[in-house]
Amino acid sequence: MATFMRTCREVAALLVAREDRALGLADRLALRMHMAICDTCPRFERQMLNLRNSLQQWRNYTESDDLA
Amino acid sequence: MSFAQQIADLRGYLLKFAHLQLRNEAWAEDAVSETILAALVKPQSFGNRSQLKTWLVGILKHKVIDALRHHSREVSSTDHSDVDDTDPLDYIAFQADGHFTETPADWGDPQQQLRSRQFFEILEACVDKLPPVQGRLFLMREWLELSSEEICKDLQLTPTNLYVQLHRARLRLRECLELNWFKKASM
Repeated sequence: MATFMRTCREVAALLVAREDRALGLADRLALRMHMAICDTCPRFERQMLNLRNSLQQWRNYTESDDLA
Repeated sequence: MSFAQQIADLRGYLLKFAHLQLRNEAWAEDAVSETILAALVKPQSFGNRSQLKTWLVGILKHKVIDALRHHSREVSSTDHSDVDDTDPLDYIAFQADGHFTETPADWGDPQQQLRSRQFFEILEACVDKLPPVQGRLFLMREWLELSSEEICKDLQLTPTNLYVQLHRARLRLRECLELNWFKKASM
């Protein structure tokens, strides 16, 4: 079990890294286990998802510039 | 308005994105000129200006990728001002035991937020503030939508080198948006 324990710092690194590369099985498991018991990291994950979503909207905007 | 005139009107718009991605005045000018030339040889009619933009940006992206490949060595070589040895995670404060020093703020629900022109201007300013190599690599992922594998191949980069640069870029962008948008928006 000990090998699946990660600090918030390590989990934050995985949450950033997965935007650009596929995580290995051990990292995916460790991430899931950490997220289930941590109050703080899910907040960081929401920021990263917000960023991903914002960048996608920006990409669409660069192509049409259709904003009110 | 003639087709050529409509395209000429969008030159500045195209140049902004070419420059954001290439971070080099001359390369950006060339990419935009080639885009306009390519567009002029196959005139088409579009229902509105937005469709014309979509078409032109599509051409521009191809020209920009050509430029990145052509200048691949310079694109990813860090000069003195660009060296950044800090651990990317130092952009976030952690305690010695690995816990966050400050709980990450609630940025709200992205689905609920109607992104505004003002938000995108801040986002572009934050991307523009990244060091050139980080900015180029980041936009190759996020604007050109290239895979990490394609970027490594195009620029002869090792995956480790690419990931560390992208990691830094993402955390810097997060910090910049937090300071210049999300904190202000919640005040």
